[in-house]
Amino acid sequence: MIRPDGALEAARRRDVRARWLLSAPALLILAFAAIGPLLVVVLYSFLTPGPYGDVIWSFSTDAWVGVFLERDIFDDTLSLADAHMSIFVRSLTLATATTVLALLIGFPTAYFIATRPERTRELWLFLITIPFWTNILIRTFGMLEIIRNEGLINTSLRTLGLIDRPIQMLFTDGAVMAGMLYVYLPLMVLPLYASLEKLDFRLVEAGYDLYATPFRVLTRIVLPLVKPGMIAGSILVFIPALGAYVTPRVLGGGKTMMLGTLIELQFGQGRNWPLGAALSITLMAMVMVALLVYVRYAGREVRHG
Amino acid sequence: MSAADAIAVAGVTKVFGSGNGQVAAVDDITVSIRKNEFFTLLGPSGCGKTTLLRLIAGFEFPTSGAIWLDGADVSDTPPFRRPINTVFQNYALFPHMTVEENIGFGLKMLNRPKAEIAERVAAMLKLVRMEALAGRRTNQISGGQQQRVALARALAPAPKVLLLDEPLSALDYKLRKEMQIELKRLQAETGITFIFVTHDQEEALTMSDRIAVMAAGRILQVGSPREVYDAPADRFVAGFIGESNLLPGTVERVSGGLASVTLSVGGRIEAVAPDGFSGGGPATVVLRPEHARLMPAAGAPEGAIAGTLATAVYFGTDTHYHVRLADGSDFTVREQNRPSVEARFHAGDAVAAVVEPRAARLLRERP
Repeated sequence: MIRPDGALEAARRRDVRARWLLSAPALLILAFAAIGPLLVVVLYSFLTPGPYGDVIWSFSTDAWVGVFLERDIFDDTLSLADAHMSIFVRSLTLATATTVLALLIGFPTAYFIATRPERTRELWLFLITIPFWTNILIRTFGMLEIIRNEGLINTSLRTLGLIDRPIQMLFTDGAVMAGMLYVYLPLMVLPLYASLEKLDFRLVEAGYDLYATPFRVLTRIVLPLVKPGMIAGSILVFIPALGAYVTPRVLGGGKTMMLGTLIELQFGQGRNWPLGAALSITLMAMVMVALLVYVRYAGREVRHG
Repeated sequence: MSAADAIAVAGVTKVFGSGNGQVAAVDDITVSIRKNEFFTLLGPSGCGKTTLLRLIAGFEFPTSGAIWLDGADVSDTPPFRRPINTVFQNYALFPHMTVEENIGFGLKMLNRPKAEIAERVAAMLKLVRMEALAGRRTNQISGGQQQRVALARALAPAPKVLLLDEPLSALDYKLRKEMQIELKRLQAETGITFIFVTHDQEEALTMSDRIAVMAAGRILQVGSPREVYDAPADRFVAGFIGESNLLPGTVERVSGGLASVTLSVGGRIEAVAPDGFSGGGPATVVLRPEHARLMPAAGAPEGAIAGTLATAVYFGTDTHYHVRLADGSDFTVREQNRPSVEARFHAGDAVAAVVEPRAARLLRERP
């Protein structure tokens, strides 16, 4: 006898099984390559550092204390870890500044591309993606070659007789930011372009028709409508910028440290793996908090539409 | 231009493209649109009517010539400084705003006080009967409602001229009929000059005070619906507005404004001659299908147009008889249907068409 609800139930079960099977590869990779290592990092942050790197398997919260506070070597009192704090602040400031600048430069760029005729658009997009084809290290060293004391800019200015001694550009916050801006700009332009390309330019005409000046058309019609692209681009730039390693390492040197270089230091010369692990978790928490605040604030309007 | 003109278009040409690809979408057009007029630009797609509208709105600037608004040259004025608003073909409502915010947008951009905007928006919502949906997003309302919001949004700043770019084309038949009446009512109530673009001749005839018939970037004729329908200026206007029979023939004589024309398919017609027409020779006569009557060929009066009935098409209100004439051309007669009267003729019948007096017109041009 056929029992329809039984057959339905079986079909539903088959469906669920199929979904699990299809997503299994992705889930496995996530489990072994992301969640597993992350748990190891959390675990390490609660262990004791070994004398030559590695960890000793005894529980300790010293690493977490060390993220924020430092112990005076003479009287054992705790005070705020100024060095770490200034690195946190610098990382946040540089990542934010990079994101804002990328938005300011990326928006006109994306707008320009989106308003080209269809065929030339593809060429422009292609040009935007060209930097992706080159290794980030090579691109960053290219930047180094331009701004170092004996680099392109300084030599040119000196040959022209405009300066006597080289302008110190390398190993400054500005150099790090410029480097990150250069590397991450396409990540801003592409989602912005995707939003602008979908924008109905007849709405722009309707705005002009209803007495909105070009500036007001931009702020009241274009910007609200491409907000999703602005949010996506900002997230894509901010996250890697906050944890950037290669750029501050090459262009910032030892003085201009960011979170990425600080973490690397703990696992390398610092031989303090638990502190490095705790700093990594801190970085992740900062990214998450920053994103939550940003999306909550900027995404308020978007969700309605 | 005269003081009664809302808009004066003076020798305006708009050329698109460059080099060999140059196209004059609007070709040396001169036309005046009076205040409080419902003026329609009628023509097939690609005739330049939308370009002319966009020139008046300020989205395009003329290659040569000038556009005057209320006695001032606005040829170089950007659209956001022209007291002209547009109802767009696709409505172009702002998707990130509510119905209310859409309607208030123009006034807000004019920096009007908040209280005034609120009052005006409420009045507009009432005018287009959309009070209940004021807080809705524009993607949460139907096409007809979007249409009304677009109208309210364009009317809210009380423009001197309202431009409507085929605003009814996206609506279904019944809604379109309702909106036609609604538009006429709004125009009467607000007293604003309406410039309406359409390719639908019926829409143009029923709504307009005056119609400009356009083709290939030029205006062929401007006149009241009655003038363009009854006295089409040329072959194109006659063919585009309503149906018409074009009959070649020879003018025998002209007297008292009436030309006696011998048709080349046989038969004779008394046609109204255009002003100043004189002389004889070959000419074309225009005759509307509803201005002729069919009768059996046997017993038809002298001069009737004889032929064979090819088909009779039933249209509900009337029946269209397609008559094959001696030279093989098609001649249409439209007769109103009466209750409980069957079709009087059948395909293959020998028939003759009798023309009502003063119904046929002689075209100015030579065939």
